[in-house]
Amino acid sequence: MNWIRQKIDKIKEPFEPGQKLEKYRPAINALDTFLFVPDHTTKKGSHIRDAVDLKRTMITVVLALIPALIFGMWNAGYQHFNQLGETPAFLEAFLHGAYKIVPMIVVSYAVGLGLEFAFAIMRGHEVNEGYLVTGLLIPMIMPVDIPLWMVALSVIFAVLIGKEAFGGTGMNILNPALTARAFAFFAYPTYMSGNKIWVSEASTVDSISGETILGSLAANKEVAYNAAEMFTGVIPGSISETSTLCIIAGALLLVLTKVADWRIILSGVIGAAAMGLLLNALPSMGVEGNGLTNFAWYNHLIVGGFAFGIVFMATDPVSAAQTMKGKWIYGALIGLTAILIRTLNPAYPEGIMLSILLLNVFAPTIDHYVIEGNIKKRKKRLEMKSVKTA
Amino acid sequence: MPIDVKIKKGLKLNLKGEAENSIEQAQKTKTVALRPSNFHSLVPKMVLKEGAKMKAGDEVLFSKYSDKTRIVSPVSGTLKEIKRGAKRKILEIIIEADDEIQYKDFGVLNPLEADSPAVRDRIFSTGLGIFLNQRPYDIPANADDTPKAIYISAYDTSPLTASFEVILKGKIDFFQNGINALTKLTGGSVYLGVDKESASFLKDIENVELISISGPHPAGNVGTLIHETQPMNRGEVVWTIRPEDVAIIGEQFKTGKYNAERTVAVTGQAAANRKYFKTLIGAEVSSILKDFEPNSRIISGSVLTGEKVESDGHLNYFSNTLTVIPEGDKHRMFGWVPFKDNNIHSASKTSLSWLFPKKKYEVNTNLNGEERALVVTGEMEEVMPLDILPMQLLKACMAGDIEKMENLGIYEVVPEDFALVEYTNTSKIEAQDIIRNGLDIMITEVG
Repeated sequence: MNWIRQKIDKIKEPFEPGQKLEKYRPAINALDTFLFVPDHTTKKGSHIRDAVDLKRTMITVVLALIPALIFGMWNAGYQHFNQLGETPAFLEAFLHGAYKIVPMIVVSYAVGLGLEFAFAIMRGHEVNEGYLVTGLLIPMIMPVDIPLWMVALSVIFAVLIGKEAFGGTGMNILNPALTARAFAFFAYPTYMSGNKIWVSEASTVDSISGETILGSLAANKEVAYNAAEMFTGVIPGSISETSTLCIIAGALLLVLTKVADWRIILSGVIGAAAMGLLLNALPSMGVEGNGLTNFAWYNHLIVGGFAFGIVFMATDPVSAAQTMKGKWIYGALIGLTAILIRTLNPAYPEGIMLSILLLNVFAPTIDHYVIEGNIKKRKKRLEMKSVKTA
Repeated sequence: MPIDVKIKKGLKLNLKGEAENSIEQAQKTKTVALRPSNFHSLVPKMVLKEGAKMKAGDEVLFSKYSDKTRIVSPVSGTLKEIKRGAKRKILEIIIEADDEIQYKDFGVLNPLEADSPAVRDRIFSTGLGIFLNQRPYDIPANADDTPKAIYISAYDTSPLTASFEVILKGKIDFFQNGINALTKLTGGSVYLGVDKESASFLKDIENVELISISGPHPAGNVGTLIHETQPMNRGEVVWTIRPEDVAIIGEQFKTGKYNAERTVAVTGQAAANRKYFKTLIGAEVSSILKDFEPNSRIISGSVLTGEKVESDGHLNYFSNTLTVIPEGDKHRMFGWVPFKDNNIHSASKTSLSWLFPKKKYEVNTNLNGEERALVVTGEMEEVMPLDILPMQLLKACMAGDIEKMENLGIYEVVPEDFALVEYTNTSKIEAQDIIRNGLDIMITEVG
């Protein structure tokens, strides 16, 4: 490995401080540190450090996304051929999906990382690894037929307005990937919602319906899928959100490695189930409800983007609540509002995106009250003491 | 009945290179050094000039802002050199030691019979007061304060550090005498923390409130003991002192001599002869460390909180451990891949090292990554047993927000309480330095 190292050190020479390409150091460093963990040593304080770093953490999230991504590629192809009345081989379906989805990932990474590098160079800090996850999440939550230029625009909006405007990684209020999706959703609604977009080429081929389960429920139509299909994910939807099974596989990796906080996921599921149960009980309380409110509460957990959102988006540590108690409240409220928006707002058949963004905004407020609790304990102790001495 | 302090949050780090339990007389140190930076915020005023002769116990310097905060010489000899830095700041005072140490005679004083002011005056006028550390702020104690309690922890839970049972063996009478003296300084109690598991002679010490400690590091930190018994409030002062320094105080009261003997454990995988050595406060590193691997970091103190010293340098004034570990100035290919390089310890589950809790790890000084923005949440809480919100407090310190720091409990912590946070955090931030800066802001703004 030594000769590789020497080669890299040679390439890096013009980027050293005092040399003419010094400005571009963050860019070359970002590439170098992907090959080698740098030889930096501690200066003071703790002389030893844990093996974990942000790269390792972020790559773990990317690993957790892989099952859902692969399934998403296959499912995109399968839905397309299935609605045409064909039964595709695995590879045929997968390649059809990959042909659509890989370019989206390339565009997302190229545009997003380009911006991240530019900001790192401009601000003179190292490139943060957060975009490795964001850049993969953005295509995964888009409809399969979205034009690439829309992906690019959404990425630009998410990185510039969602993240860098707030000061960069670690400072953003909203989840950047959802910011991208929300931008596309409101800017190009015809490409992001409706009945004709959820299956590959549904808008051009008449025989493909391309309606999601939540879409048909909202229109009070019969659902043509059973619970097993909803759970495994062989249904139309955004690219990678359909398979609850693959999402659970990713969730297990995230929870076992403690990269994502289990509290948020668990409380989110509890919140959603509670809201589902409440809505299911409406008829017994004499309220008629609609197709969505009468949809069994456990089915609510496995259709739509709920599972994907609660596992991969709600747990984004930067935009989530940061205190332990806060995480419980934050997760539960996401679950409650997601199902509430889904069932009671006719304009949005799915609610998870908006509910996470809403709670992102409220997360600092939730934290504020938890922190106040800690502060109050301290003040009370001081008062007790002054009472005793008085 | 001892008070039980049992904590769950924290981290027990098993590292290679512990010292064996045998004490050896170190080679005589030719010089000793006093570094004002070992006493945070102390601005030194020299009493002696270069070339002056002194006995062990003679005053060398005092604090510009409090002339009762004095530092006396650990040896008899000649003041060889005052090393100065920018703006003539005193960096180091080098004293050349005589072959035979001459002691200044302070006379015998029985602390149990003497009244409080006499004991207090004896401690601060003869330079023993410098061993007392003040909380809040982690600075030398102010001779005019009466602390609400004094805390001693005789159980060091940080990795690769000296055991006080070895250090205090044979000095227990002096230690008891020192405790007796300390009881005269406070209106409250003197607390002594000991390892719950060991049947130590330290449990028989009288005139103290005994605390039995169990749990992972930082269970043995004085900060943890204070927090678990009577947490600090605004406006309160608590003093802390290290056990071997209590013995030095006790000996000085009993014999009239200031015997600055330090038993130092040489530890760490890069040191060859790992055992305890009897030497002096501020002694030359080379007097106890002869054989070590090249390209090593020599740390006076523990790997978590110690001071980096050179092989031809001198020990930190307070440290009883000299840790030698390899420098980590090497690149590691694809070291960021999860579940790779499991031989490097990680508290995070993105490495498989948690599957082997008993394994002793080799460590080096590599940062294992680069500094990043604070992204991951919840990991600091896992190693913070105090009822403190670590990330929020760190952010308040970074922002210099005095009200927030005070509200979030800055008075209850010192940098060493954040050593594990610094070790484990994913973003590689220097948590101890941030807390130190926060405390410094509080000193200047609140006082």
